[in-house]
Amino acid sequence: MTLQSIVQILASGLLMGLIYALIAVGLSLIFGLMDVVNFAHGEFLMLAMYASFGLVALTALDPIVLMPVIAAVLFTVGALAYVGVVRLAMRARANLGMVQIFATFGLAIVIRGVSQLLFTPDYRNVPNVWLGGRTIPVGGIYLPVPQLAGGLVSILAFLGLWLLITRTDFGKALEATREDAGAVALVGIDKNRVFTIGWGLGAALVGIAGAILSIFYYIHPDVGLPFALIAYVTVALGGFGSVFGALAAGLLVGLVEAMTATILPPSLKSIGIYGLYLLVVFVRPRGLFGSL
Amino acid sequence: MATGLAIPQSGKDAASAFDRKRRLKLLTGLAVAAAVACLPLVVTDVYAQNIIILTLLYAALSQSWNILGGYCGQISLGHALYFGTGAYATTILYTKFGVLPWFGMIVGGVVAAAIALALGYQLFRLAGHYFSIATIVIAEAGLVLVNNWDWAGAATGIQWPFVPDSWAVLQFNPRNKLPYIYIALAFASITWLTTFSIETSRWGYWWRAVKDNADAAESLGVMIFKSKMAAAAISAFFTAIGGAFFAAFVQYIDPESVMNFQLSLLMALPAVLGGIGTLWGPAVGAAILIPLTQVTRSYLGGSGQGIDLIVYGLLVMVVALAKPEGLSSLFTSRKAPRA
Amino acid sequence: MSGTPLLQVQNVSRRFGGLVAVGDVTLEVGRGEILGLIGPNGAGKSTLFGLIAGALPPSSGRILFDGHDVTSLPAPERCRRGIARTYQVVKSFDSMSVLDNVVVGALVRYPRAAQARAKALDVIEFAGLSHRATAPAGELTPPEKRRLEVARAIATEPKLLLLDEVMTGLTPAEAARGVDLVRKVRETGVTVLMVEHVMEIVMPLVDRAFVLHLGRELAHGSAQEVARNEAVISAYLGDRRRAS
Repeated sequence: MTLQSIVQILASGLLMGLIYALIAVGLSLIFGLMDVVNFAHGEFLMLAMYASFGLVALTALDPIVLMPVIAAVLFTVGALAYVGVVRLAMRARANLGMVQIFATFGLAIVIRGVSQLLFTPDYRNVPNVWLGGRTIPVGGIYLPVPQLAGGLVSILAFLGLWLLITRTDFGKALEATREDAGAVALVGIDKNRVFTIGWGLGAALVGIAGAILSIFYYIHPDVGLPFALIAYVTVALGGFGSVFGALAAGLLVGLVEAMTATILPPSLKSIGIYGLYLLVVFVRPRGLFGSL
Repeated sequence: MATGLAIPQSGKDAASAFDRKRRLKLLTGLAVAAAVACLPLVVTDVYAQNIIILTLLYAALSQSWNILGGYCGQISLGHALYFGTGAYATTILYTKFGVLPWFGMIVGGVVAAAIALALGYQLFRLAGHYFSIATIVIAEAGLVLVNNWDWAGAATGIQWPFVPDSWAVLQFNPRNKLPYIYIALAFASITWLTTFSIETSRWGYWWRAVKDNADAAESLGVMIFKSKMAAAAISAFFTAIGGAFFAAFVQYIDPESVMNFQLSLLMALPAVLGGIGTLWGPAVGAAILIPLTQVTRSYLGGSGQGIDLIVYGLLVMVVALAKPEGLSSLFTSRKAPRA
Repeated sequence: MSGTPLLQVQNVSRRFGGLVAVGDVTLEVGRGEILGLIGPNGAGKSTLFGLIAGALPPSSGRILFDGHDVTSLPAPERCRRGIARTYQVVKSFDSMSVLDNVVVGALVRYPRAAQARAKALDVIEFAGLSHRATAPAGELTPPEKRRLEVARAIATEPKLLLLDEVMTGLTPAEAARGVDLVRKVRETGVTVLMVEHVMEIVMPLVDRAFVLHLGRELAHGSAQEVARNEAVISAYLGDRRRAS
């Protein structure tokens, strides 16, 4: 294996890792905020991809341009999911853990059903995108332009998230609610409002990821599951609730996947990630970067 | 304490009331089983009989899941691994070594229980969501591996050979569903009876204590790790038996049909719907869920793609939110209403 | 064995990060006595309980029960040896009936469920909960839940019963019934170590008192001695002032 091909593998792994991190961070954010795992996360991603597909068909603009709109659509989806489902699940008197898991699972199934009904199970892809299918040569290796753009967007999104958490009042409220949801009520923070915006934000982040993914990935109602699985693994590796753990773990997952794909047949490429996950979970149950 | 075992008179009354209640439950179970056994006399349509078989199978599978997920509170979302273990063990032993499926079924069950114990050794240190997610990932890893296991047919799967009617190898004329109905009924009855007898044994109390409050359970002498391990082994054993039955029933298996993530979900959902951690929950849930999805799927056909998903997704969501005790709680009268 | 105290806590400390929750505490509980463990909020009483019951390991020091070192034994094993506890924040098995809650405790002595149920019926009668036997524990009133916690612990037939603020939040009438229950338990030969925040309740009940303040021993002795102790009074008054 030449040095060049090794660099090629590492570079494409890192780029995909940035996108995985972006998919996972919303999940981690929501978990950190309220200890709830959103089992409809993959379906949020799928909706974002369909939103991209639909908006492109409607406006003839490029997904990159439409990204803010898609993020806004998903923000609404996330906020509605909290207000309509999760908020109620938090109130359960019996079987609380079970209720939280299956309320979001039920939601996931409904979203998938609605998508099958509206969009049919056919595979689709967004036609004529500016960036689609191109590569650019960088120092002897070729990088796919969509992934490169995706990586950049992901970095920007994380930067924005970091600014939001550290520099704004909402960020402070978010941090405070993460620390102690009971106590924030005493200092006049509306917990429900923070949760609603938190869910909206988490979904908007996966919305951005979906917009990018729609450039180079086919779209169908079941597309969410494999990505959701990668997101769970990423979040578990990074430490549930840790935003920047998700970034580091996403990169790691991208790298491991790219390396596995060079050693093993493509159908086994996810084994590397699962193996890594199990190794970490068995040794450090709270993840590599688990903030406690 | 020197109070010993002297049972006061009121205690004796309570003890006999307890026995009466247990007898009544058992009789109800027998009556339901008898009614189901008579069902094929009325329902002769092959398609409808198929639904009965699937309903009984899922009642049994969900009851198996319920032992670990419902009673012991460890929400596994990876039971497809055990289902697949049963299906593959039986199929491989039969098609490659000529071992009768009845025997392969037991082997599959034992192997699945062993896998559950090995995994549980690691997984039961994880709490709540961490546990559930780990089970998903492990089952998915299993699916990927079997998909690439050439000797076991890889993604193409394995076809059972065609043979004339035979109880020995569980193969019957495609129009004759009766044997499968009775085998599935026996399977559902066995899982029900197992749960029934464990429910009021030491394991049953320990499981519920672990689920409700592990700290308090520990301070009362409950061996938490052992309890979870026992529940996992029993649960995996029966799930694999279900997988073995399914393989014989459909005569063809591939990784997607016996190890898919959706299967893990489908095993949990009847229990959630009917009442998690209850004796009748899985059966009630399966009796609603399976016919409903089968019927919507076939009546709406291609035009209604996804409606079956919407219906049962909504059902699960609404029950989880509005009636977390499950629908079977509607049938049991609560003696102590809230003041 | 009857010569040695039932419980010996020797130089036990427990740190959480840099915080010392329990610092170098040494205490003994004699067979058949009621020892009151008192102290203001945050004095480390519940942590010390956790250490004795095996819910968490000490950072240093030894715990001897019945003459044997139990420092490294897990909670279920300590329960089997005869240590039972209640929790300050009630931890009932809410989806189970009152009777079944108590059965869980009884199973440690009677592995056969039928015997455990008989024992549990006996205990809930003793604890005055018979009329609520079939109610789900989640539906009990707070005083009933406290009673259930005691019943569950008694069902394990302990030699040492650790009661963590069982009177908290009770009306004076309920607390009086609670005091009766504790006396009744002691009459059956059980040694009691009870944490109580409210001195007025514990002092008449206990044989001796041990005062914990900021994780360390402040004083110990008879109830009267402790009540007259200058350091105790100032710690308590300080606490009252802060609270008001």
